[in-house]
Amino acid sequence: MASGKEIRTQIGSITNTQKITNAMQMVAASKMRKAQDRMQKGKSYAQRMRSVVGHIANANLEYKHIYLQERDVKRVGYIVVSSDRGLCGGLNINIFKKAVASSKEWADKGVQSDFCLIGAKASAFFKSVGGNVVASVRDIGEDPSLEHLIGSIKVMLDAFSTGKIDKLYLLSNEFVNTMTQAPSVEQLLPLEPEDDNKLKHAWDYVYEPDAQTLLDGILVRYIESQVYQAVVENCACEQAARMVAMKAATDNAGDLIDDLKLVYNKARQAAITQELSEIVSGASAV
Amino acid sequence: MAMTFHCDIVSAEDSLFSGLVELLVASASDGDLGVYYGHAPLLTSLKPGPIRVKKQNGEEEVYYINSGFLEVQPHAVTVLADTALRAGDMDEAKALEAQKLAEQELSNQSGEINYSRAAIQLAEASAQLRTLQAIRKNTGK
Repeated sequence: MASGKEIRTQIGSITNTQKITNAMQMVAASKMRKAQDRMQKGKSYAQRMRSVVGHIANANLEYKHIYLQERDVKRVGYIVVSSDRGLCGGLNINIFKKAVASSKEWADKGVQSDFCLIGAKASAFFKSVGGNVVASVRDIGEDPSLEHLIGSIKVMLDAFSTGKIDKLYLLSNEFVNTMTQAPSVEQLLPLEPEDDNKLKHAWDYVYEPDAQTLLDGILVRYIESQVYQAVVENCACEQAARMVAMKAATDNAGDLIDDLKLVYNKARQAAITQELSEIVSGASAV
Repeated sequence: MAMTFHCDIVSAEDSLFSGLVELLVASASDGDLGVYYGHAPLLTSLKPGPIRVKKQNGEEEVYYINSGFLEVQPHAVTVLADTALRAGDMDEAKALEAQKLAEQELSNQSGEINYSRAAIQLAEASAQLRTLQAIRKNTGK
């Protein structure tokens, strides 16, 4: 049995770990609230964009933008959103599993995949697994800026425009609630037309300078805002997942400490009993 | 009392303004333009410049935007502002940067991943060692 001092040091070190995980839990909880606010703020922009795009697509039947055209799939692209840091449970690995499963599904049909990675964890994962990585961003931080993401998105959009890839997916975590984050796959390109009956030909915009130029610009902004939104949502997910993981770690540390305390007290009691019996037997021998 | 309409100024990162306004003045790609209640539906791109809104009580507010789009619908007006400075060559440079980073990460095999691979190898080796010791113990008896 371990001696009293050994157990005491162990309890001490676990208590320190518990303090750290507890602090991380609280930090994550406060950051999560901020991240959720950011998530809400950007939502209206993406919704607006979507309805405008849907409207133009429905109103201008003679001009079909390349982003709206379905074509034969020879190669697919993925934008994988992950976090920069770990210690957030299974959040990242769930997304990577989804990415690998989805690209394998395509590979079975003879279609290869290109990856655009957002976040340090994704690049670390795909470096070990392999896969054709064409663009990557890291150090997104807690307050991601769109400016930071534009480059990598452009790589994928250009690849789509030039015909290198024929489908573009966005993989990210969806914030269901604090306890649940669901990995989701969303098709970014080609854009699925919105089935909104009330948009159809009731009225049309006056376009300045002209519909095509505007559509080009708006579609790119729309995709960018979708990706940005996903990154912000993933940030909220990361904090929520970290909070839950750290809470579990704190609880586990508490259980460990309780067990160890029991063992420590038993050992101490045994030592006292032994000492007493030695004294008593020594006294009776005299 | 002038008629008012609902106006939103939003960007991907933030919602800048939302409320009833009497007048909105923006610098569109083809020149400055003012929107009152009942304007024809319009979609236009915006140049960098100020956006001026006159609120219900006559107060004016001015927002500066880099570029973006203005959408006028029968009932509401939306300004979709860009958050970042946009220019073709700047975007290009950023795209190249992202590609370069991807290549770098692939070629650079030192760092985090090697560490975890080493940790796995260490775990395997120590497991083998333990098995060997167990076998030796059994045969030794």
